[in-house]
Amino acid sequence: MWFFIARRVLYAVPILLGVSFVVFLLMKMVPGDAADILIPPEAPREVAAMIRARFGLDQPIHIQYLRWLQAMASGDFGTSIFTNQPVADELFGALANTLKLALPAALLGFSLGVLLGALAAHYSGTWLDKLFSAFAITGVSLPHYWVGMVLVAIFAVVLNVLPGQGMGPEGFPSTWEHARHLILPVITLSLIPMGVVSRLVRANVLEIRSMEFISALAAKGLMGRRVLLHILKNAAPSALALMGLQFGYLLGGSILVETVFNWPGSGSLMNLAIFRRDIPVLSATILVLAAIFVAINILIDVLQALIDPRIRR
Amino acid sequence: MSLQDAIAVRPVAEALQRAQAGKSYWSRVRERLLADRITMAVMALLASIIVIVLAAPLIATHDPTVGSVFARLKSPGYQGHWLGTDEVGRDLWSRILYGGRLSLLCGVAPVAFALLAGGSLGLLAGYRGGIINSLIMRSMDVLYAFPSILLAIAICGMLGAGLVNTILALTVTFIPPIVRISETVTAQVRSFEFVEAAQASGAKPLSIIRFHILNNVLGPILVYATSLISISIILAAGLSFLGLGITPPDAEWGLMLNNLRQAIWVNPLVAALPGAMIFITSMCFNLVSDGLRSAMDVRI
Amino acid sequence: MSGEVLLEVRNVKRYFPVRGGVLQRKVATVQAVDDISFNVRCGETLGIVGESGCGKSTTARLLMQLLVADAGTITFAGRTVGASGGMDVRDLRRQVQMVFQDSYSSLNPRCTIEDTIAYGPSVHGVGWQAARLRAREMLAKVGLDPALFAARYPHELSGGQRQRVNIARALALEPKLVVLDEPVSALDKSVEAQVLNLLVDLKRDLTLTYVFISHDLNVVQYISDRVLVMYLGKVVEVGSVESIYGSPRHPYTRALLGAKPSMDPDRRSEQVTLTGDPPTPISPPSGCRFHTRCAHAEACCAAVEPPLAGDGDHYSACHMLITGSGHSAAPCIAA
Repeated sequence: MWFFIARRVLYAVPILLGVSFVVFLLMKMVPGDAADILIPPEAPREVAAMIRARFGLDQPIHIQYLRWLQAMASGDFGTSIFTNQPVADELFGALANTLKLALPAALLGFSLGVLLGALAAHYSGTWLDKLFSAFAITGVSLPHYWVGMVLVAIFAVVLNVLPGQGMGPEGFPSTWEHARHLILPVITLSLIPMGVVSRLVRANVLEIRSMEFISALAAKGLMGRRVLLHILKNAAPSALALMGLQFGYLLGGSILVETVFNWPGSGSLMNLAIFRRDIPVLSATILVLAAIFVAINILIDVLQALIDPRIRR
Repeated sequence: MSLQDAIAVRPVAEALQRAQAGKSYWSRVRERLLADRITMAVMALLASIIVIVLAAPLIATHDPTVGSVFARLKSPGYQGHWLGTDEVGRDLWSRILYGGRLSLLCGVAPVAFALLAGGSLGLLAGYRGGIINSLIMRSMDVLYAFPSILLAIAICGMLGAGLVNTILALTVTFIPPIVRISETVTAQVRSFEFVEAAQASGAKPLSIIRFHILNNVLGPILVYATSLISISIILAAGLSFLGLGITPPDAEWGLMLNNLRQAIWVNPLVAALPGAMIFITSMCFNLVSDGLRSAMDVRI
Repeated sequence: MSGEVLLEVRNVKRYFPVRGGVLQRKVATVQAVDDISFNVRCGETLGIVGESGCGKSTTARLLMQLLVADAGTITFAGRTVGASGGMDVRDLRRQVQMVFQDSYSSLNPRCTIEDTIAYGPSVHGVGWQAARLRAREMLAKVGLDPALFAARYPHELSGGQRQRVNIARALALEPKLVVLDEPVSALDKSVEAQVLNLLVDLKRDLTLTYVFISHDLNVVQYISDRVLVMYLGKVVEVGSVESIYGSPRHPYTRALLGAKPSMDPDRRSEQVTLTGDPPTPISPPSGCRFHTRCAHAEACCAAVEPPLAGDGDHYSACHMLITGSGHSAAPCIAA
């Protein structure tokens, strides 16, 4: 078992290297030399050369890559071109804020998703199921940030009961004031995971229910609810895998919702960095988010292997 | 059923079988598709949207990029603006039309390119197996390590906004999933004996792929690709929304959402329209994809 | 059986690596076919029998070069396959064709029957029109009315009909040798008889040579002229069908034949018991591979691998028949 974990973690190393390579490549493809942003246009050539050397931009490209990689790996994410602050501080603060959104959204989305999916499977074939399918397809076709905007329009503009912008007070969410600011963005963010998870759960439950061992259990006289328990146990692995993936997407893809609600998370940070062409911040954020996604994937694989012994080899 | 009944039914069953005889897989798929009224209705809707949007130069009433300071955020009907104006005074109806062209382009083009590139890579990986397979799939794993939105944003963010970069970013985002599915399906078909038989006939790999593998894998890959179109439209709109995709003064449904964000406070209805268009087209593609999948699910 | 040697297999080996570990390193090897040699004479039917896992299917694919041997040579009509100056694989595939076990997957579900059969000739340069014509001819030869069947699809055919199509496909290239890998195993008994008779007729009409692989002893007895028995990748006995079925020499062959259920309740099977479990081809037993299950096994059996030995036409690999092998039942050295 440990061998499996070690192997899985080891496998992530070349992936992370590849990811860093892609990010670095993108950095280098930014139109205009990165130093052009720093160098004032009237600067004499020697000053320009000095600035270049200071940032190591005069080195051959593989050296630049290795140095950059080394810095990233040791936690030195560089300095923001704009604010001159170390990127790491900004980034982790922003990440924490995103987590404040992502965790509740994940919980909400997953639990509702499982519930709806199981219900739909239970009532499959009836109008309830058709209704559910309609909802599910709607959920997947909606631009969720647009829903956020509509919610803001209804609750913040028209009804004026919830704030439509911002995170509210700092610190760990513990008060109603915190919660007020959380409600709309969390609902918006939870829509996609809810849709995806419920579709999968429904399909899985239906498939397992049609399997023979369920009929065998029923023939043995097992009552309805306990059969359901068996079904859920079998549906769990792939559902968990999907949830992990969706959580990763929530973390990495929160930028749209954060933009709509002006939420100061990692997404907004990225948005700002793009706008200001603050390459160090942008690349560090992308790298860290991708690394987190890889870590989540490893976690999922390990969890799946724990639950389903067939996967361990 | 008694023996008498069984004997009586037999000739009918045989006649039915003979009537069915000679129907190729694709013609049966087409039959089922044509019989599926919901999917047909959706396809009709989609076709009409596409036609209307393509006819933009003919039916737009104004230049979509020209605004007027005096005509900002007017309601529908004002001075010949059928749907009113946006916050810079541009005609909403024309912008919806022209925006639709770009939105649909950004929906279909990346998927088409990804299908070509990713499909071929996946076919190659699935057919050859071995080292080539490992090489291709491992490279895809690296791209898979990015959540899709992040990858698209990273590419557009670094390379800059604009139509070309948007299509490029979305193509790169969609290549890994298409490679994955085409590799899976190809490897599966490859393991069937008729492929071995074709090899035993002395055929070259290219001929085998073209003649035997392609018409067996195209179905699932196409279904998947159509479902990607809806995601592509939403992602492209999202990119424009962030300022990364289509840039002003061009019109694109996602971009219009952004511009109208502030308009929500003044005239909420106007902000709903571009969003609704994105929703409708995306939903149509999703439903078509589902319909295709059902039609192809022919039990043989 | 008269006729020169058409196909010669010499010391052919084919191993499959079992990969495991982080870097997918080779952990073990499946010795699917280990140093087998046999001849196939022109115009005969050579039956290959054995349990699953004995290497029959691998052998079939080696003959077709769908798998490449790790060692040894295959010679067809005097030309070595794969060697420079000899026969290349494409040529071989004109002369040797294969009929697959009819799982549904042996026919492309998206192609018409006609196209499936015509594909082979088209690959070898015959135009599609001519190829389709030939496909229809073949359909008629295997007893399927071209007017009814040419434009149909595999899922519309019964098992027996699909197998006829398989045969037609193999014969469309006018091969000299046909390798049949369990061609009737998936068919009902009544259909099986029809297909077997069809094969016999075709062989006679088109002067073919067959290599017939099966696990079903009755079928092999019906159709073969000579029989080859395989066990765990090795040839353990080979001879004419009469001598193999009449007086089997190898303990494994005897056990196989003895285990045949008989329809006659008075003739209870004289069970020659097979002891032990069938070993895996990954780590085959030392010496004679059958010694772990042989009722007559002795020390020399575990130590030394017996070569194929015999007289003229009937060979078997057993120490009990080799003079001076050390086995208690071996014939004594003649004075």
